[in-house]
Amino acid sequence: MTISQIITALDATLLTPDADCAREVHTACGSDMMSDVLAYVKDQAVLLTGLNNPQVVRTADMMDMICIVFVRGKRPDASLLALADARDIAVMTTDKTMFTACGLLYEQGLRGGGM
Amino acid sequence: MPGIHLHYTVPGDDFTRAGEASADVKARLKKLGLPPETIRKVSIALYEGEINLAIHAGGGDVDVDITDSAVHMRLTDEGPGIADIALAMSAGYSTAPDEVRSLGFGAGMGLPNMKKYSDEFSIQSAVGVGTTVEMTVRTA
Repeated sequence: MTISQIITALDATLLTPDADCAREVHTACGSDMMSDVLAYVKDQAVLLTGLNNPQVVRTADMMDMICIVFVRGKRPDASLLALADARDIAVMTTDKTMFTACGLLYEQGLRGGGM
Repeated sequence: MPGIHLHYTVPGDDFTRAGEASADVKARLKKLGLPPETIRKVSIALYEGEINLAIHAGGGDVDVDITDSAVHMRLTDEGPGIADIALAMSAGYSTAPDEVRSLGFGAGMGLPNMKKYSDEFSIQSAVGVGTTVEMTVRTA
C-alpha cells in the first residue's frame, strides 16, 4: 500500500506536508522501545509508535524507514518534524491506539516482515 | 581511496543530540556508494554506541576511520566504567534508569546490538576510569 492509503486507513493527519505519499510500503513494525526496533527489525518501512522524541526519527533513519505513525494522538514538535523532513520521512498522527492502528494496517495488507 | 578520519563529540547533557554522528557517517558512506546493508550495520552499531555514551557515560568521543576495506569505530568515555562486562553484554541486562526507558531505550540491547552488527567488536572498561569500545564493519 502507499503512504496515502495509510493516512486514509488510520484517519491520520500528515504532519510533513512535503512528503512523497505515493511511495509504496509493504512492511511495518509497532514499538515504543527504540532499542527493540534496532535489535529486531529488518527491512520494515513503517514505524508505528507512541513514543514522542527525536530518537524516534533517528531510529527510523538508521533502519531506512520512510514513514512514522504516531498513535494515541501523539503530536511531535516542530524540531522532530524538521528532522524527519530532512530525511524524507513522512510523519503522521492518528487517534487510534497502537493495537487498532496495527490491526487496520494488517487488514489492508501490511505485514510484519522479517526479524 | 585515501583513508578518511572523522571525529565527533557526543554531549552527555543533551540526549536529543545522540545520533548526530551516526547520521553524518551514514550520509558519508552513502555518498561513497557502499552497499545499503553495510551502511545499516555501521549506522546501527554507531547509533547504539552514541546512545550509550549519552545515557551511561556523561558523553564521550567517537572516532571513525573509513578505509578501502573497513569502517573502524572507536568510542571512548570517561564515565563510571562497567564492573562486569560479560553481564553488560548479555541481552536484556540494563542499568538504565526509568527516565531512560521512558525515552525508548534501556532495554539491555545496546551492547549486544553493537556486537551483532559489527564484524569485530572489543570492549575495555575500568570502573571509575571509563570505557572504550572498538567496532569494525568490513566493506570488502
